[in-house]
Amino acid sequence: MTRLPIRKTYKLFLGGAFPRSESGRTYEAQGQNVARASRKDVRDAVRAARSAQPKWAGMTAYNRGQVLYRVAEMMEARSADLAALASGRDEVERAIDRMLWYAGWADKLAQVIGTANPVAGPYFNFTVPEPTGVVAIVASDEPPLDALVARLAPVLVGGNATVVLASERRPLPAIELAEALATSDVPGGVVNILTGLREALAPVLAAHMDVNAIDVGGADGVAPELERLAAENVKRVVRSSGDDQSPWEIAAFLELKTVWHPIGR
Amino acid sequence: MAHAPALPRGFELPLEPRLPRIGSVDEVALEERAATLAKRSIKKDSKLWALELAVRMMDLTTLEGADTPGKVAALCSKAVRPDPADRTVPSVAAVCVYPNLVSAARERLGESGVKVASVATAFPSGQSPLEVKLADVRAAVELGADEVDMVIDRGAFLSGRYAKVYDEIVRVKEACGRAHLKVILETGELGTYDNVRRASLLAMAAGADFIKTSTGKVQPAATLPVTLVMLEAIRDVHEETGRQVGMKPAGGIRTAKQAIQYLVVLHETLGADWLTPDLFRFGASSLLNDVLMQIRKQKTGAYQSPDYFTLD
Repeated sequence: MTRLPIRKTYKLFLGGAFPRSESGRTYEAQGQNVARASRKDVRDAVRAARSAQPKWAGMTAYNRGQVLYRVAEMMEARSADLAALASGRDEVERAIDRMLWYAGWADKLAQVIGTANPVAGPYFNFTVPEPTGVVAIVASDEPPLDALVARLAPVLVGGNATVVLASERRPLPAIELAEALATSDVPGGVVNILTGLREALAPVLAAHMDVNAIDVGGADGVAPELERLAAENVKRVVRSSGDDQSPWEIAAFLELKTVWHPIGR
Repeated sequence: MAHAPALPRGFELPLEPRLPRIGSVDEVALEERAATLAKRSIKKDSKLWALELAVRMMDLTTLEGADTPGKVAALCSKAVRPDPADRTVPSVAAVCVYPNLVSAARERLGESGVKVASVATAFPSGQSPLEVKLADVRAAVELGADEVDMVIDRGAFLSGRYAKVYDEIVRVKEACGRAHLKVILETGELGTYDNVRRASLLAMAAGADFIKTSTGKVQPAATLPVTLVMLEAIRDVHEETGRQVGMKPAGGIRTAKQAIQYLVVLHETLGADWLTPDLFRFGASSLLNDVLMQIRKQKTGAYQSPDYFTLD
Protein backbone atom coordinates (compact mmCIF):
# COMPACT_ATOMS: atom_id res chain seq x y z
CA MET A 1 0.00 0.00 0.00
CA THR A 2 1.35 3.40 -0.89
CA ARG A 3 1.50 5.89 1.89
CA LEU A 4 1.31 9.66 1.95
CA PRO A 5 4.42 10.90 3.73
CA ILE A 6 3.91 13.36 6.56
CA ARG A 7 5.92 16.45 5.85
CA LYS A 8 7.12 18.52 8.74
CA THR A 9 5.92 22.09 9.10
CA TYR A 10 8.64 24.17 10.73
CA LYS A 11 7.07 26.30 13.41
CA LEU A 12 8.10 28.43 16.35
CA PHE A 13 8.87 27.04 19.80
CA LEU A 14 7.00 29.21 22.23
CA GLY A 15 5.98 28.52 25.82
CA GLY A 16 6.67 24.80 25.38
CA ALA A 17 4.39 24.52 22.32
CA PHE A 18 4.96 24.67 18.58
CA PRO A 19 2.63 27.36 17.22
CA ARG A 20 2.73 29.02 13.82
CA SER A 21 3.58 32.68 13.79
CA GLU A 22 0.73 34.81 15.13
CA SER A 23 0.92 36.67 11.81
CA GLY A 24 0.49 33.46 9.81
CA ARG A 25 3.47 34.42 7.68
CA THR A 26 6.30 32.19 6.58
CA TYR A 27 9.53 32.66 4.67
CA GLU A 28 11.74 30.28 2.78
CA ALA A 29 14.99 29.01 4.23
CA GLN A 30 16.99 25.87 3.53
CA GLY A 31 14.35 24.94 0.94
CA GLN A 32 11.54 24.87 3.51
CA ASN A 33 8.78 27.20 4.52
CA VAL A 34 9.67 28.40 7.98
CA ALA A 35 7.50 30.42 10.36
CA ARG A 36 8.24 34.13 10.13
CA ALA A 37 7.76 35.47 13.64
CA SER A 38 6.20 38.89 14.17
CA ARG A 39 6.76 41.48 16.87
CA LYS A 40 3.80 40.02 18.74
CA ASP A 41 5.48 36.63 18.73
CA VAL A 42 8.49 38.31 20.31
CA ARG A 43 6.23 39.82 22.94
CA ASP A 44 4.55 36.48 23.63
CA ALA A 45 7.91 34.71 23.82
CA VAL A 46 9.26 37.19 26.35
CA ARG A 47 6.10 36.84 28.39
CA ALA A 48 6.43 33.04 28.35
CA ALA A 49 10.08 33.29 29.34
CA ARG A 50 9.33 35.71 32.16
CA SER A 51 6.69 33.51 33.71
CA ALA A 52 8.76 30.33 33.34
CA GLN A 53 12.01 31.74 34.72
CA PRO A 54 11.34 31.65 38.49
CA LYS A 55 10.49 27.95 38.41
CA TRP A 56 13.64 27.11 36.41
CA ALA A 57 15.80 29.21 38.69
CA GLY A 58 14.11 27.69 41.73
CA MET A 59 14.99 24.14 40.79
CA THR A 60 18.03 22.78 42.59
CA ALA A 61 21.28 23.19 40.72
CA TYR A 62 21.69 19.44 40.64
CA ASN A 63 18.24 19.01 39.09
CA ARG A 64 18.97 21.66 36.43
CA GLY A 65 22.12 19.75 35.56
CA GLN A 66 20.11 16.54 35.22
CA VAL A 67 17.62 18.23 32.90
CA LEU A 68 20.41 19.60 30.71
CA TYR A 69 21.99 16.16 30.65
CA ARG A 70 18.69 14.89 29.35
CA VAL A 71 18.75 17.56 26.64
CA ALA A 72 22.06 16.06 25.54
CA GLU A 73 20.44 12.60 25.61
CA MET A 74 17.58 13.78 23.42
CA MET A 75 19.98 15.47 21.03
CA GLU A 76 21.88 12.21 20.80
CA ALA A 77 18.65 10.41 19.92
CA ARG A 78 17.96 12.95 17.19
CA SER A 79 21.52 13.26 16.04
CA ALA A 80 20.82 11.91 12.55
CA ASP A 81 18.09 14.50 11.92
CA LEU A 82 20.21 17.24 13.40
CA ALA A 83 23.20 16.24 11.26
CA ALA A 84 21.10 16.38 8.09
CA LEU A 85 19.96 19.92 8.84
CA ALA A 86 23.20 21.28 10.30
CA SER A 87 26.59 20.80 8.72
CA GLY A 88 27.08 17.15 9.51
CA ARG A 89 27.86 14.62 12.17
CA ASP A 90 30.94 16.41 13.54
CA GLU A 91 29.06 19.56 14.34
CA VAL A 92 26.26 17.67 16.06
CA GLU A 93 28.69 15.73 18.22
CA ARG A 94 30.46 18.93 19.18
CA ALA A 95 27.13 20.47 20.14
CA ILE A 96 26.07 17.46 22.22
CA ASP A 97 29.42 17.34 24.01
CA ARG A 98 29.10 21.01 24.72
CA MET A 99 25.63 20.61 26.21
CA LEU A 100 26.95 17.82 28.41
CA TRP A 101 29.94 19.88 29.48
CA TYR A 102 27.74 22.77 30.56
CA ALA A 103 25.25 20.43 32.26
CA GLY A 104 28.07 19.38 34.57
CA TRP A 105 28.63 22.97 35.62
CA ALA A 106 25.14 23.42 37.05
CA ASP A 107 26.02 22.34 40.59
CA LYS A 108 29.59 23.67 40.54
CA LEU A 109 28.92 27.28 39.61
CA ALA A 110 28.23 28.63 43.05
CA GLN A 111 31.44 27.11 44.41
CA VAL A 112 33.62 28.45 41.63
CA ILE A 113 32.04 31.83 40.95
CA GLY A 114 30.76 32.52 44.45
CA THR A 115 33.23 33.76 47.05
CA ALA A 116 33.71 34.22 50.76
CA ASN A 117 35.15 37.69 51.13
CA PRO A 118 37.45 38.91 53.91
CA VAL A 119 36.10 42.19 55.25
CA ALA A 120 37.24 44.60 57.98
CA GLY A 121 34.39 44.09 60.39
CA PRO A 122 32.45 41.45 62.33
CA TYR A 123 30.67 40.15 59.25
CA PHE A 124 30.63 36.96 57.29
CA ASN A 125 30.68 38.42 53.80
CA PHE A 126 29.89 36.16 50.90
CA THR A 127 28.93 36.45 47.25
CA VAL A 128 26.57 34.13 45.41
CA PRO A 129 25.67 34.07 41.72
CA GLU A 130 22.03 34.50 40.71
CA PRO A 131 20.46 34.32 37.25
CA THR A 132 20.04 37.57 35.34
CA GLY A 133 16.47 36.72 34.29
CA VAL A 134 15.25 36.72 30.72
CA VAL A 135 18.06 36.58 28.18
CA ALA A 136 17.68 37.25 24.46
CA ILE A 137 20.05 35.43 22.16
CA VAL A 138 20.68 36.53 18.59
CA ALA A 139 22.19 33.33 17.22
CA SER A 140 25.00 33.13 14.68
CA ASP A 141 24.48 31.64 11.24
CA GLU A 142 27.52 29.37 11.32
CA PRO A 143 27.75 26.69 12.40
CA PRO A 144 23.96 26.72 12.77
CA LEU A 145 23.57 24.16 15.55
CA ASP A 146 26.80 24.32 17.50
CA ALA A 147 26.89 28.11 17.65
CA LEU A 148 23.36 28.10 19.03
CA VAL A 149 24.10 25.46 21.67
CA ALA A 150 27.27 27.32 22.60
CA ARG A 151 25.14 30.34 23.54
CA LEU A 152 22.06 28.53 24.81
CA ALA A 153 23.71 26.12 27.24
CA PRO A 154 25.57 28.70 29.40
CA VAL A 155 22.45 30.85 29.59
CA LEU A 156 20.34 27.91 30.77
CA VAL A 157 22.80 26.47 33.28
CA GLY A 158 22.70 29.64 35.32
CA GLY A 159 18.90 29.50 35.71
CA ASN A 160 17.92 32.05 33.08
CA ALA A 161 15.01 31.77 30.67
CA THR A 162 15.66 32.72 27.10
CA VAL A 163 14.22 33.91 23.82
CA VAL A 164 16.38 32.77 20.92
CA LEU A 165 16.31 34.41 17.55
CA ALA A 166 17.49 31.56 15.33
CA SER A 167 19.76 32.04 12.34
CA GLU A 168 17.76 33.61 9.54
CA ARG A 169 19.47 31.68 6.74
CA ARG A 170 19.72 28.32 8.52
CA PRO A 171 16.90 28.10 11.10
CA LEU A 172 16.06 24.40 10.77
CA PRO A 173 18.62 23.00 13.23
CA ALA A 174 17.25 25.37 15.86
CA ILE A 175 13.72 24.05 15.40
CA GLU A 176 15.00 20.49 15.44
CA LEU A 177 16.80 21.32 18.67
CA ALA A 178 13.48 22.57 20.02
CA GLU A 179 12.07 19.06 19.52
CA ALA A 180 14.82 17.77 21.78
CA LEU A 181 14.21 20.51 24.35
CA ALA A 182 10.46 19.84 24.33
CA THR A 183 11.00 16.19 25.30
CA SER A 184 13.65 16.79 27.92
CA ASP A 185 11.96 18.16 31.05
CA VAL A 186 13.04 21.74 30.40
CA PRO A 187 9.90 23.52 31.69
CA GLY A 188 7.80 25.06 28.91
CA GLY A 189 8.72 28.69 28.30
CA VAL A 190 12.29 28.45 29.60
CA VAL A 191 13.54 28.24 26.02
CA ASN A 192 11.61 29.97 23.26
CA ILE A 193 12.91 29.81 19.70
CA LEU A 194 11.77 32.27 17.07
CA THR A 195 12.55 32.06 13.38
CA GLY A 196 12.18 35.01 11.07
CA LEU A 197 13.87 38.10 9.75
CA ARG A 198 16.67 39.15 12.04
CA GLU A 199 16.52 42.76 10.91
CA ALA A 200 12.87 43.02 11.98
CA LEU A 201 12.99 41.01 15.20
CA ALA A 202 16.35 41.69 16.84
CA PRO A 203 15.62 45.40 17.47
CA VAL A 204 12.28 44.50 19.10
CA LEU A 205 14.08 42.13 21.46
CA ALA A 206 16.83 44.63 22.15
CA ALA A 207 14.31 47.37 22.96
CA HIS A 208 12.04 45.13 25.06
CA MET A 209 12.02 46.50 28.61
CA ASP A 210 11.34 43.08 30.13
CA VAL A 211 14.48 41.49 28.70
CA ASN A 212 17.39 41.62 31.15
CA ALA A 213 20.31 40.65 28.94
CA ILE A 214 21.04 40.24 25.26
CA ASP A 215 23.70 38.23 23.50
CA VAL A 216 24.44 40.05 20.26
CA GLY A 217 27.02 37.52 19.09
CA GLY A 218 25.12 36.67 15.92
CA ALA A 219 23.98 40.17 15.08
CA ASP A 220 26.86 40.98 12.73
CA GLY A 221 26.58 44.52 11.41
CA VAL A 222 23.56 45.62 13.44
CA ALA A 223 25.13 44.93 16.85
CA PRO A 224 25.82 48.63 17.63
CA GLU A 225 22.19 49.51 16.95
CA LEU A 226 21.04 46.65 19.20
CA GLU A 227 23.38 47.82 21.95
CA ARG A 228 22.00 51.34 21.68
CA LEU A 229 18.42 50.01 22.06
CA ALA A 230 19.50 47.76 24.92
CA ALA A 231 20.81 50.77 26.81
CA GLU A 232 17.27 52.02 27.46
CA ASN A 233 16.81 49.62 30.39
CA VAL A 234 20.51 48.98 30.88
CA LYS A 235 20.42 45.42 29.62
CA ARG A 236 23.47 43.32 30.15
CA VAL A 237 25.01 43.14 26.67
CA VAL A 238 27.19 40.15 25.84
CA ARG A 239 29.27 40.07 22.68
CA SER A 240 30.04 36.40 22.43
CA SER A 241 31.93 34.50 19.83
CA GLY A 242 30.39 31.19 18.87
CA ASP A 243 33.17 28.87 19.89
CA ASP A 244 33.95 30.06 23.42
CA GLN A 245 33.43 27.44 26.10
CA SER A 246 34.24 28.22 29.70
CA PRO A 247 32.52 28.87 33.04
CA TRP A 248 32.96 32.57 32.31
CA GLU A 249 30.45 32.21 29.51
CA ILE A 250 27.98 31.20 32.23
CA ALA A 251 29.09 34.00 34.53
CA ALA A 252 28.29 36.52 31.82
CA PHE A 253 24.60 35.87 32.51
CA LEU A 254 24.78 35.83 36.29
CA GLU A 255 24.38 38.61 38.82
CA LEU A 256 26.57 38.50 41.88
CA LYS A 257 24.77 39.10 45.14
CA THR A 258 26.90 39.97 48.13
CA VAL A 259 25.57 39.38 51.62
CA TRP A 260 26.88 40.94 54.84
CA HIS A 261 25.96 38.60 57.63
CA PRO A 262 26.71 39.76 61.18
CA ILE A 263 28.83 37.35 63.16
CA GLY A 264 27.50 36.75 66.65
CA ARG A 265 29.19 35.10 69.53
CA MET B 1 -43.90 47.31 45.25
CA ALA B 2 -43.05 47.56 48.90
CA HIS B 3 -46.40 45.90 49.53
CA ALA B 4 -46.25 43.07 47.04
CA PRO B 5 -48.74 40.46 48.18
CA ALA B 6 -47.25 37.52 49.97
CA LEU B 7 -47.68 34.19 48.26
CA PRO B 8 -47.70 30.72 49.78
CA ARG B 9 -44.38 29.14 50.70
CA GLY B 10 -42.69 32.49 51.03
CA PHE B 11 -42.81 33.37 47.36
CA GLU B 12 -43.70 36.87 46.36
CA LEU B 13 -44.82 38.39 43.09
CA PRO B 14 -41.73 39.17 41.08
CA LEU B 15 -42.38 42.67 39.83
CA GLU B 16 -45.09 45.12 39.14
CA PRO B 17 -46.78 44.80 35.76
CA ARG B 18 -45.39 48.09 34.51
CA LEU B 19 -41.82 46.88 34.84
CA PRO B 20 -40.66 45.59 31.48
CA ARG B 21 -41.06 41.89 30.87
CA ILE B 22 -37.64 40.37 30.88
CA GLY B 23 -38.09 38.03 27.96
CA SER B 24 -35.45 35.36 27.74
CA VAL B 25 -31.83 35.77 26.80
CA ASP B 26 -30.50 33.74 23.86
CA GLU B 27 -27.34 32.39 25.43
CA VAL B 28 -25.68 31.13 22.26
CA ALA B 29 -26.31 34.28 20.25
CA LEU B 30 -25.25 36.46 23.17
CA GLU B 31 -21.93 34.73 23.66
CA GLU B 32 -21.34 34.69 19.93
CA ARG B 33 -21.99 38.42 19.66
CA ALA B 34 -19.71 39.18 22.59
CA ALA B 35 -16.98 37.01 21.05
CA THR B 36 -17.37 38.69 17.66
CA LEU B 37 -17.13 42.17 19.13
CA ALA B 38 -14.04 41.11 21.08
CA LYS B 39 -12.25 40.47 17.81
CA ARG B 40 -12.34 44.07 16.66
CA SER B 41 -8.88 45.41 16.01
CA ILE B 42 -8.22 48.80 17.59
CA LYS B 43 -4.83 50.20 16.65
CA LYS B 44 -2.54 53.21 16.86
CA ASP B 45 -4.28 56.51 17.65
CA SER B 46 -7.64 54.87 18.35
CA LYS B 47 -5.94 52.47 20.73
CA LEU B 48 -4.20 55.29 22.56
CA TRP B 49 -7.49 57.15 22.82
CA ALA B 50 -9.25 54.06 24.14
CA LEU B 51 -6.48 53.40 26.66
CA GLU B 52 -6.62 56.93 28.04
CA LEU B 53 -10.39 56.69 28.24
CA ALA B 54 -10.00 53.42 30.13
CA VAL B 55 -7.76 55.18 32.66
CA ARG B 56 -10.31 57.97 33.10
CA MET B 57 -13.03 55.33 33.62
CA MET B 58 -11.15 53.33 36.20
CA ASP B 59 -12.27 52.74 39.78
CA LEU B 60 -8.91 51.84 41.24
CA THR B 61 -9.83 49.27 43.82
CA THR B 62 -8.37 47.70 46.91
CA LEU B 63 -10.69 45.53 48.96
CA GLU B 64 -8.46 43.37 51.09
CA GLY B 65 -8.54 42.53 54.75
CA ALA B 66 -4.91 43.67 54.78
CA ASP B 67 -5.66 47.22 53.54
CA THR B 68 -4.02 49.91 55.64
CA PRO B 69 -4.25 53.71 55.52
CA GLY B 70 -0.71 53.66 54.11
CA LYS B 71 -1.63 51.37 51.27
CA VAL B 72 -4.73 53.40 50.48
CA ALA B 73 -2.64 56.59 50.50
CA ALA B 74 -0.25 55.05 47.99
CA LEU B 75 -3.17 53.93 45.87
CA CYS B 76 -4.62 57.45 45.96
CA SER B 77 -1.34 58.97 44.81
CA LYS B 78 -1.36 56.56 41.95
CA ALA B 79 -4.99 57.38 41.17
CA VAL B 80 -4.21 61.08 40.83
CA ARG B 81 -1.05 60.65 38.79
CA PRO B 82 -1.05 57.10 37.38
CA ASP B 83 2.23 57.44 35.54
CA PRO B 84 4.66 59.73 37.37
CA ALA B 85 6.87 59.78 34.28
CA ASP B 86 4.12 60.97 31.95
CA ARG B 87 1.95 63.90 32.98
CA THR B 88 -0.33 63.48 29.96
CA VAL B 89 -1.85 60.31 31.44
CA PRO B 90 -5.11 61.43 33.11
CA SER B 91 -6.26 60.68 36.66
CA VAL B 92 -8.56 57.72 37.24
CA ALA B 93 -12.25 58.21 38.02
CA ALA B 94 -12.35 57.00 41.59
CA VAL B 95 -10.69 55.01 44.32
CA CYS B 96 -12.80 52.17 45.69
CA VAL B 97 -12.19 51.06 49.28
CA TYR B 98 -13.85 49.64 52.40
CA PRO B 99 -15.76 52.16 54.58
CA ASN B 100 -13.04 52.17 57.25
CA LEU B 101 -10.57 53.56 54.74
CA VAL B 102 -12.80 56.20 53.20
CA SER B 103 -11.43 59.01 55.34
CA ALA B 104 -7.85 58.04 54.56
CA ALA B 105 -8.66 58.17 50.86
CA ARG B 106 -10.68 61.37 51.20
CA GLU B 107 -7.82 63.12 52.94
CA ARG B 108 -5.25 62.05 50.40
CA LEU B 109 -7.33 62.83 47.32
CA GLY B 110 -8.33 66.32 48.48
CA GLU B 111 -9.32 68.53 45.58
CA SER B 112 -7.81 66.30 42.90
CA GLY B 113 -11.21 65.52 41.39
CA VAL B 114 -10.77 61.80 41.93
CA LYS B 115 -13.85 60.47 43.70
CA VAL B 116 -14.00 58.15 46.67
CA ALA B 117 -16.19 55.09 46.28
CA SER B 118 -16.94 52.85 49.20
CA VAL B 119 -18.40 49.39 49.24
CA ALA B 120 -21.15 48.96 51.79
CA THR B 121 -24.19 46.85 52.78
CA ALA B 122 -22.22 44.00 54.30
CA PHE B 123 -19.97 43.64 51.28
CA PRO B 124 -19.31 41.16 49.74
CA SER B 125 -22.04 38.71 50.78
CA GLY B 126 -24.82 41.10 51.69
CA GLN B 127 -26.06 38.56 54.24
CA SER B 128 -26.86 40.95 57.09
CA PRO B 129 -30.03 42.58 58.40
CA LEU B 130 -31.21 45.65 56.51
CA GLU B 131 -30.57 47.95 59.47
CA VAL B 132 -26.93 46.91 59.54
CA LYS B 133 -26.64 47.52 55.82
CA LEU B 134 -28.21 50.97 56.07
CA ALA B 135 -25.93 51.91 58.95
CA ASP B 136 -22.99 50.74 56.83
CA VAL B 137 -24.09 53.00 53.98
CA ARG B 138 -24.72 56.03 56.21
CA ALA B 139 -21.34 55.63 57.83
CA ALA B 140 -19.59 55.48 54.45
CA VAL B 141 -21.39 58.59 53.23
CA GLU B 142 -20.68 60.50 56.43
CA LEU B 143 -17.01 59.64 56.17
CA GLY B 144 -16.97 61.27 52.78
CA ALA B 145 -17.77 58.66 50.13
CA ASP B 146 -18.98 60.18 46.85
CA GLU B 147 -20.16 56.84 45.57
CA VAL B 148 -21.51 53.77 47.29
CA ASP B 149 -21.16 50.27 45.86
CA MET B 150 -23.85 48.07 47.41
CA VAL B 151 -24.44 44.36 46.95
CA ILE B 152 -27.88 42.91 46.38
CA ASP B 153 -29.15 40.17 48.61
CA ARG B 154 -28.52 37.19 46.33
CA GLY B 155 -30.04 34.85 48.87
CA ALA B 156 -33.33 36.69 48.53
CA PHE B 157 -33.03 37.06 44.77
CA LEU B 158 -32.35 33.39 44.12
CA SER B 159 -35.22 32.29 46.35
CA GLY B 160 -37.63 34.48 44.42
CA ARG B 161 -38.04 37.21 47.01
CA TYR B 162 -37.52 39.96 44.48
CA ALA B 163 -39.51 42.47 46.52
CA LYS B 164 -37.01 42.20 49.35
CA VAL B 165 -34.15 42.87 46.96
CA TYR B 166 -36.00 45.79 45.44
CA ASP B 167 -36.94 47.32 48.76
CA GLU B 168 -33.40 47.10 50.03
CA ILE B 169 -32.07 48.95 47.02
CA VAL B 170 -34.72 51.65 47.48
CA ARG B 171 -33.80 52.05 51.15
CA VAL B 172 -30.10 52.10 50.44
CA LYS B 173 -30.62 54.69 47.72
CA GLU B 174 -32.40 56.87 50.28
CA ALA B 175 -29.59 56.38 52.76
CA CYS B 176 -27.04 57.41 50.12
CA GLY B 177 -28.39 60.95 49.90
CA ARG B 178 -26.30 62.72 47.30
CA ALA B 179 -23.83 59.88 46.89
CA HIS B 180 -24.07 57.89 43.67
CA LEU B 181 -25.33 54.35 44.08
CA LYS B 182 -23.79 51.43 42.23
CA VAL B 183 -25.63 48.16 42.63
CA ILE B 184 -23.53 45.01 42.49
CA LEU B 185 -25.49 42.07 41.12
CA GLU B 186 -22.71 39.51 41.67
CA THR B 187 -23.51 37.84 38.37
CA GLY B 188 -21.25 34.90 39.15
CA GLU B 189 -23.80 33.80 41.75
CA LEU B 190 -26.93 34.46 39.70
CA GLY B 191 -26.53 31.40 37.52
CA THR B 192 -28.25 32.39 34.29
CA TYR B 193 -28.28 35.31 31.88
CA ASP B 194 -32.02 35.57 32.43
CA ASN B 195 -31.36 36.18 36.11
CA VAL B 196 -28.72 38.77 35.26
CA ARG B 197 -31.18 40.62 33.07
CA ARG B 198 -33.91 40.37 35.70
CA ALA B 199 -31.60 41.64 38.43
CA SER B 200 -30.41 44.48 36.18
CA LEU B 201 -33.93 45.68 35.51
CA LEU B 202 -34.85 45.28 39.16
CA ALA B 203 -31.88 47.37 40.27
CA MET B 204 -32.54 50.09 37.72
CA ALA B 205 -36.23 50.19 38.63
CA ALA B 206 -35.24 50.61 42.26
CA GLY B 207 -33.12 53.64 41.49
CA ALA B 208 -29.57 52.45 40.81
CA ASP B 209 -27.28 55.05 39.22
CA PHE B 210 -24.94 52.30 38.08
CA ILE B 211 -25.27 48.55 37.84
CA LYS B 212 -22.13 46.59 38.50
CA THR B 213 -21.29 42.98 37.69
CA SER B 214 -19.33 41.67 40.62
CA THR B 215 -17.64 42.11 43.94
CA GLY B 216 -14.42 40.60 42.62
CA LYS B 217 -14.60 38.02 45.39
CA VAL B 218 -16.49 35.40 43.37
CA GLN B 219 -15.46 33.56 40.22
CA PRO B 220 -16.50 34.08 37.47
CA ALA B 221 -16.50 37.85 37.92
CA ALA B 222 -17.09 40.20 34.99
CA THR B 223 -17.29 38.55 31.59
CA LEU B 224 -18.01 40.09 28.23
CA PRO B 225 -21.36 38.29 27.68
CA VAL B 226 -22.64 39.20 31.14
CA THR B 227 -21.67 42.81 30.51
CA LEU B 228 -23.49 42.72 27.19
CA VAL B 229 -26.69 41.46 28.88
CA MET B 230 -26.51 44.29 31.39
CA LEU B 231 -25.75 46.90 28.74
CA GLU B 232 -28.76 45.73 26.73
CA ALA B 233 -30.92 46.03 29.83
CA ILE B 234 -29.60 49.58 30.26
CA ARG B 235 -30.39 50.28 26.62
CA ASP B 236 -33.95 48.98 27.03
CA VAL B 237 -34.51 51.16 30.08
CA HIS B 238 -33.11 54.14 28.21
CA GLU B 239 -35.37 53.53 25.22
CA GLU B 240 -38.42 53.18 27.41
CA THR B 241 -37.84 55.92 29.95
CA GLY B 242 -34.99 58.08 28.64
CA ARG B 243 -33.05 57.44 31.82
CA GLN B 244 -29.31 56.90 31.51
CA VAL B 245 -27.98 54.29 33.90
CA GLY B 246 -24.25 53.59 34.17
CA MET B 247 -22.43 50.30 33.94
CA LYS B 248 -19.45 48.97 35.85
CA PRO B 249 -17.87 45.65 35.02
CA ALA B 250 -15.57 44.63 37.86
CA GLY B 251 -13.29 41.75 38.66
CA GLY B 252 -11.18 39.73 36.27
CA ILE B 253 -10.37 42.59 33.90
CA ARG B 254 -6.59 42.58 34.00
CA THR B 255 -5.31 43.51 30.56
CA ALA B 256 -5.57 46.58 28.38
CA LYS B 257 -6.77 44.32 25.59
CA GLN B 258 -9.74 43.19 27.67
CA ALA B 259 -10.53 46.78 28.62
CA ILE B 260 -10.67 47.77 24.96
CA GLN B 261 -12.98 44.83 24.25
CA TYR B 262 -15.37 46.12 26.91
CA LEU B 263 -15.26 49.59 25.38
CA VAL B 264 -16.09 48.14 21.97
CA VAL B 265 -19.07 46.26 23.39
CA LEU B 266 -20.15 49.41 25.22
CA HIS B 267 -19.94 51.56 22.11
CA GLU B 268 -21.74 49.01 19.94
CA THR B 269 -24.57 48.60 22.46
CA LEU B 270 -25.14 52.07 23.89
CA GLY B 271 -23.29 54.38 21.53
CA ALA B 272 -20.89 57.23 22.10
CA ASP B 273 -23.07 58.83 24.81
CA TRP B 274 -21.91 56.19 27.25
CA LEU B 275 -18.19 56.59 26.51
CA THR B 276 -17.72 58.73 29.61
CA PRO B 277 -16.63 58.07 33.20
CA ASP B 278 -20.05 59.38 34.27
CA LEU B 279 -21.72 56.33 32.74
CA PHE B 280 -19.08 53.63 32.55
CA ARG B 281 -16.44 52.43 34.99
CA PHE B 282 -13.96 49.62 35.25
CA GLY B 283 -13.59 48.13 38.70
CA ALA B 284 -10.04 46.87 38.79
CA SER B 285 -6.82 46.78 40.71
CA SER B 286 -4.22 45.30 38.39
CA LEU B 287 -5.69 46.62 35.11
CA LEU B 288 -4.21 50.09 35.52
CA ASN B 289 -0.61 48.90 35.30
CA ASP B 290 -1.23 46.98 32.12
CA VAL B 291 -2.97 49.99 30.55
CA LEU B 292 -0.06 52.22 31.58
CA MET B 293 2.37 49.75 30.05
CA GLN B 294 0.39 49.73 26.83
CA ILE B 295 0.22 53.52 26.72
CA ARG B 296 3.97 53.73 27.10
CA LYS B 297 4.38 51.01 24.48
CA GLN B 298 2.29 53.07 22.07
CA LYS B 299 4.36 56.16 22.78
CA THR B 300 7.85 54.65 22.80
CA GLY B 301 7.44 51.66 20.50
CA ALA B 302 9.15 49.33 22.97
CA TYR B 303 7.40 46.55 24.88
CA GLN B 304 7.35 47.37 28.59
CA SER B 305 8.16 45.55 31.80
CA PRO B 306 6.20 45.58 35.07
CA ASP B 307 9.56 46.24 36.77
CA TYR B 308 9.21 49.92 35.91
CA PHE B 309 5.70 50.46 37.25
CA THR B 310 4.59 50.72 40.87
CA LEU B 311 2.99 47.69 42.45
CA ASP B 312 0.03 49.45 44.08
